[in-house]
Amino acid sequence: MIKLLTGNDLLTGDVLWWSGAGWSLHLGDAVAVDGDGLLAKVIAEERINDPALIDAEMTPEGPRPRTMRERIRGRGPTVRLDLNRMPA
Amino acid sequence: MYRYDEYDQAIVDARVAEFRDQVARRLANEITEDQFKPLRLMNGLYLQLHAYMLRVAVPYGTLSGTQMHALAHIARKYDRGYGHFTTRQNIQYNWIKLAEAPDLLAELAAVEMHAIQTSGNCIRNISSDQFAGAAADELADPRPYAELLRQWSSFHPEFSFLPRKFKIAVTASDTDRAAIQLHDIGLQLIDRDGVRGFKVWVGGGMGRTPMIGHVVREFIPASQYLSFCEAILRVYNRYGRRDNIYKARIKILVHELGAEEFTRQVEAEWALLEPLALDAPAAEYARIVAQFAEPAYDPAASDRLDLADPGFALWVKQNVHPHKRPGYAIATISLKPVGGIPGDASADQMDLIADLAARYAHDEIRVTHSQNLVLAHVRKADLHALWTALDAVGLATANLDLVTDIIACPGLDYCALANARSIPVAQQIAARFADLDRQHDIGELKIKISGCINACGHHHAGHIGILGVDKKGEEAYQLLLGGSGAEDTSLAKILGPGFTEAGIVDAVEKVIDRYRSVRTGPSERFLDTYRRVGADPFKEAVYG
Repeated sequence: MIKLLTGNDLLTGDVLWWSGAGWSLHLGDAVAVDGDGLLAKVIAEERINDPALIDAEMTPEGPRPRTMRERIRGRGPTVRLDLNRMPA
Repeated sequence: MYRYDEYDQAIVDARVAEFRDQVARRLANEITEDQFKPLRLMNGLYLQLHAYMLRVAVPYGTLSGTQMHALAHIARKYDRGYGHFTTRQNIQYNWIKLAEAPDLLAELAAVEMHAIQTSGNCIRNISSDQFAGAAADELADPRPYAELLRQWSSFHPEFSFLPRKFKIAVTASDTDRAAIQLHDIGLQLIDRDGVRGFKVWVGGGMGRTPMIGHVVREFIPASQYLSFCEAILRVYNRYGRRDNIYKARIKILVHELGAEEFTRQVEAEWALLEPLALDAPAAEYARIVAQFAEPAYDPAASDRLDLADPGFALWVKQNVHPHKRPGYAIATISLKPVGGIPGDASADQMDLIADLAARYAHDEIRVTHSQNLVLAHVRKADLHALWTALDAVGLATANLDLVTDIIACPGLDYCALANARSIPVAQQIAARFADLDRQHDIGELKIKISGCINACGHHHAGHIGILGVDKKGEEAYQLLLGGSGAEDTSLAKILGPGFTEAGIVDAVEKVIDRYRSVRTGPSERFLDTYRRVGADPFKEAVYG
């Protein structure tokens, strides 16, 4: 199990994933994060809402969050596939 | 319809300006999110799973065509082309950008709308009967009283920070179309000895701890209902629990004190308030009533209706209700097409409905707590043309109060609080029962689905209720039977162990099949059968 850092963009509310070099709109860009240091920095900067470290596993298709909630956050509403976020 | 006076408009405009400044300060990092969050929530702006969500108030569910066009415009300009009508008779937008929210609110204010008090621990949007002012069975239009409550409760300085949110519903008919016994305060307009007044329920609600309201007053004269509500709120504000969010609603206070003691305290408080003459002057009430004047009905409107077209006849049978005026009818537009998302409407659909309201319904639209829309004043002679226009765009589904007319909250597809998805379950049940003949054979059956225990989907009041729960990060569903939000209010009970997403749809079908085999005949509703035979036959059908 790995940890991913995620949150919502202050300006747009968009779901964001920490990609190692910055924030990405795409779950597929997310990288494993070690420790709480980065989370603490993000909280202090006040530009990302509801930042959190979530559980995930790395699969051949990319990171897969453990919970349905985070998988839906990563992709978009399951009932409006036309609004889903496509891979970059 | 009520129109803003200069005070209403000034208040709403000032709030937009204030919020614009607050947003600017947040974007400049001059205030933290912890400081900003309560401010944005006071303006109806939530952060959900994918984006900000804005909840716009539709007072007592009444909209003008102009306002509906504005909602369509907002859906296109600020959202992704659609909106979601809610069980509080409001509309929510799912994809709002924070920086654009002040402009959006300014556009709403221009058509006398806002998002104030659609969140937070305050008195929320006043809800009412969607047939108000039109129903053949009502005593009088309850909306002037609802409007007075709106004015009284808007920015009420004493009740802006209550222990928890507070919901009031007002009706004027023995047929309860607004679930008044499941509100913090439920008011039914009645006459007694020639005097108009209200029967008052307090302490109803759904959520984590569902309770049916208690009658605290069999009759309060209409001239004094505001001060009586003030007394109720004062007792709640003073003694409602603030130490535990799960025990903070007034229903818990009423339960813990006992209805008799709670009533005694309200009466004692009211005895202090009553001499202060806090109620609205008769002239103010008359001013508001005048704004709800009846539309200019056609005195020559005919009751004749040609039902030769079977599709039209079915729609009339199911979706059209009696109007108080000869030659008129009330038409409900189902937002529950099979395969659709309950309560969702596209911008194009909103525009079309607004146009149809202008052409056929005196430019007025209602939002129902069942997530449908209503044209309340339609000449019977125009019903076929209306149906034809609706049918052409898939808005003429003849399923009102049938098994596919499902209430569903946004659930885990959108909501940050949800544990499970509601919409896909509603869609699968609707697909399973898509055959209209089968639906009509089953008859009245209200399925209500919530994606979490907060019960926005009213599962406690469902003839069949479904509650989504979290099971170690995956979705599961509980099945409840026997609830009602109507005048025969009851709370649904859990039938047994829960199900997966596929399993819950099968379980619902087994329940319905068992109902059809044990009912006394097609005229016995599901709910009446359940009340007659109890849960055991359904348990046996589902769990074997």
